[in-house]
Amino acid sequence: MTYFFQFLFIALLASMSYLIAMRFKGILATIRLSQPIQLSDQPAERWKRVFLLAFGQKKMFQKPFVGFMHFLIYIGFILINAEILEIILDGILGTHRLFAPFLGTLYPLLLNFFELLAGGVFLACLVFFARRGIFKVQRLQSENHSELKGFPIKDAYTILIVECVLMTALWTMNAADAVLQSRGVEHYHEVGSFIVSENLIPFLDSYSSEALYLLERIAWWFHIAGILGFALYVTYSKHLHIFFAFPAAYYSSLKSSAIIPSLDSVTHEVKLMLGQPASSEAAPTNLRFGAKDVMDLNWKNLLDAYSCTECGRCTDQCPANQTGKSLSPRKIMMDTRDRLEEVGVILSKNKGQFVDDGKSLLDKISGEELRACTTCQACVEACPMELSPLNIILELRRYQIMEMSDAPAAWNSMFSNIETNQAPWKFNPSDRMNWAKS
Amino acid sequence: MVLHIRTMADYLAKGEMPEYLFWVGCAGSFDDRQKKVTRAFCEILQKAEISYAVLGTEESCTGDPARRTGNEFLFQMQAMTNIEVLNMYQVKKIVTACPHCFNTLKNEYPSLGGTYEVIHHTELLAQLLKEGKIEIAEEREEIAFHDSCYLGRGNGIYEAPREIISELQKDLKELKSCRTKGLCCGAGGAQVFKEPEPGAMDVQVKRTEEIIESGVKKVAIACPFCMVMIQDGLNKTGHDKDIQVVDLAELVQKAMK
Repeated sequence: MTYFFQFLFIALLASMSYLIAMRFKGILATIRLSQPIQLSDQPAERWKRVFLLAFGQKKMFQKPFVGFMHFLIYIGFILINAEILEIILDGILGTHRLFAPFLGTLYPLLLNFFELLAGGVFLACLVFFARRGIFKVQRLQSENHSELKGFPIKDAYTILIVECVLMTALWTMNAADAVLQSRGVEHYHEVGSFIVSENLIPFLDSYSSEALYLLERIAWWFHIAGILGFALYVTYSKHLHIFFAFPAAYYSSLKSSAIIPSLDSVTHEVKLMLGQPASSEAAPTNLRFGAKDVMDLNWKNLLDAYSCTECGRCTDQCPANQTGKSLSPRKIMMDTRDRLEEVGVILSKNKGQFVDDGKSLLDKISGEELRACTTCQACVEACPMELSPLNIILELRRYQIMEMSDAPAAWNSMFSNIETNQAPWKFNPSDRMNWAKS
Repeated sequence: MVLHIRTMADYLAKGEMPEYLFWVGCAGSFDDRQKKVTRAFCEILQKAEISYAVLGTEESCTGDPARRTGNEFLFQMQAMTNIEVLNMYQVKKIVTACPHCFNTLKNEYPSLGGTYEVIHHTELLAQLLKEGKIEIAEEREEIAFHDSCYLGRGNGIYEAPREIISELQKDLKELKSCRTKGLCCGAGGAQVFKEPEPGAMDVQVKRTEEIIESGVKKVAIACPFCMVMIQDGLNKTGHDKDIQVVDLAELVQKAMK
């Protein structure tokens, strides 16, 4: 019988691992369609960012209470994973509490610690649930932010519920285990009861050992299958940030967010026009100016889109959004991700080749949204991971202006004033120094 | 004060080199309100005996508004033409009163072949005040400061403007959204050159409401476009009579003995 469960467990673990690996492969394939950008300079500075922004969650603590609650979930996630290792090995080897004999008195100590962490996760999830559902934190409400309607809001609640349920399964398993130990049931090591789950023991004590054995096993299977299932779900969810926050922090821009990088293909053309020597290396390979679709963006833009967890701090700080304009930086990130998911489906259907589906990112984002951006960089500053909706907006604007010639008349006048009068207004350039006349 | 303004060409003709090129910018050259700021800054430079020159009619838009709309062609045309002029005069140090010109010259010209030491006028003013190069007459008053996006978030310059206010012995009143969380005036990204997109209110009105809420009678800015927008916000909310908008250079010039 144990062999059957071992086999079942290995099959579950292997199939889920395969599905998760395939998802990541699919995600990376979409990122690989993107434009190049050099972001591997100054590794020391980049590692510092990983420690400060991703591990240390420095910017999350700008809101201390929320930052602390998020930290509880995060630390719980990282450390409870150490216990998952034991659970997986138990599953494969058909053992029970494999590490207990090796760790001795340290084992109950560790498990008590994990149970407390699980308590922290549970508590934080309840707080987050309340913030969304009861206290109605403005940036998290779909009534105010249409981009959250439908899947995104369900996604947010699903994550919170699943995490609570998984923690409950962990405690149930440990409580049933403790009762079985006290009754001296075979296989149940004498490791004692644990700090959180011992409170559940009074509810279980009256049941027969057979029933408790069944409960312990069900909770064990539910917990591990839940974790594996959740890991796969995460790849489709905003929760993907738990993996991508780390590379996103490492590759985050070390330059000022006020800098718009030069478009080399334009430099090449402009040099030719001005009769300056143009290096042939800079000759444009991509003849599209700016971005119409996700593959015109650079890979960091796409990594950003997958890393965004839709917290809405960007939109909350955006002056355009605050004054009722249609622009929402969070929507820009979500639209980019949605388009990437569509592209991912196309890739998997066509053996990794992208086939034009007649759609693009610009179908999801309107010119009005793009034109509302003041480039104030508040969105980048607000993002706990320094993701940049601004970069994506600016690349789309380049396409909008240079390829579609879609500019308001006032901008076109401004362009021609700069061209002919060297100033954005229609003044005579020879009057430029009239201010000096007293 | 009678201003003696020399151009780079004047200096070159005499075989001399000024310490700074003062990049006046389009708003500083043509906008009637901002021209007063330009003159105020020149008065301070003259009083502090800083050697500087302007480009005069050889100056041209940096291309910033074009780049921010997405018109990279026009930006690079402007940038490369300007870089040719700047390099021809062998310019080393540039000071400007416009955060947009400042950001473009400092951060965006280097990749196109124009590398200069660029400072914003608030940095120079703070330095001159600290070094005691400008004598001031104290006049205590409460004053708010509006952070410009391209000075603050864009280039991390939060202290220099505040140092100027404290060096002038004035009481700084921080606005509700300040420093890294400073609320945009609504001009950036070339918004100032077109009508705003449809929405519930104008960005400048929202920003002005915070200024009104703070209860100050004077708000200092350090950007010609913030000047335009905040003034517009005050006009639209009917507070143009009781709240005054000034550039920090004007504040220094007024306090100067």
